[in-house]
Amino acid sequence: MFTTFKYRSSPLFSEFQRLEQELDEFITGTTPWAGGIRSLPPGTFPAVNVASTADSVTVYLFAPGIDAKSLEISLQQNVLSVNGRREAVPASSATYYRTERFDGDFRRVIALPEDIDPDKVDATYRDGIVEIRVQRHEASKPRRIEIH
Amino acid sequence: MSNQSEVARKESNGGTSADPGGRAANAESTLRPAVDIFETDEGITLQADMPGVSKERLNVRVEGTNLLVEGEIAITRQEEMQALYADVRSATYRRNFLLSGELESSRIEANLKDGVLTVRIPKRAELRPRRIEVRAE
Repeated sequence: MFTTFKYRSSPLFSEFQRLEQELDEFITGTTPWAGGIRSLPPGTFPAVNVASTADSVTVYLFAPGIDAKSLEISLQQNVLSVNGRREAVPASSATYYRTERFDGDFRRVIALPEDIDPDKVDATYRDGIVEIRVQRHEASKPRRIEIH
Repeated sequence: MSNQSEVARKESNGGTSADPGGRAANAESTLRPAVDIFETDEGITLQADMPGVSKERLNVRVEGTNLLVEGEIAITRQEEMQALYADVRSATYRRNFLLSGELESSRIEANLKDGVLTVRIPKRAELRPRRIEVRAE
């Protein structure tokens, strides 16, 4: 539609392109997965944070008010998927003014770094946060190399 | 044009969704918890999603007709932790509600379970709806 505007040789447009590129790099640079192919729009339930250390990767799912036993967490290679359901129990004979809270089934798929060990996973649920910790492979941990 | 940007600004300041992290781009901004609010004959119930908040870090306060709900996220962090991805980029939830006069703010009950805060605000007894009997002559 806007192809006619693409005067690539124009100094003004090349300046726009440069800005756009810088912005992209800035955004994806601060959160490397913001542009990930599986990323979901902001506000999707549950919100996800992923943090890493030298020997593990931790995924935090902000999923308040769920039954932890109904959660299905699976890890295939380095792809983590979480399925669950939250029911915001409706009060009968009540007048609702706001219903902002998520109600229904949810699923999130997250690609973790490739050096994780899918056999060493540990998940807990506390105060509405699901914490999934996956260990990294021994070989990929940074090692101090001694000089003899 | 200026109208549009005005609307956009309003939304970004007081949108209705919880949107953890989406608009709260910098660390100082607070998260706006998603709420359900409903009314029964007995009173008004407010439910707010505040994952990561423990009882000790929750603050529910009434000042005059203002109800403030506030909480701090506490997650177990390890040293040298590096964020790879973050939907939630703030550690504080805060949201204000305006109460109306028929509510008995001195008898508010708050309960926190699995990151869901439930606040019950009873109506004054004399102001609860009464069923009016129709006498048959």
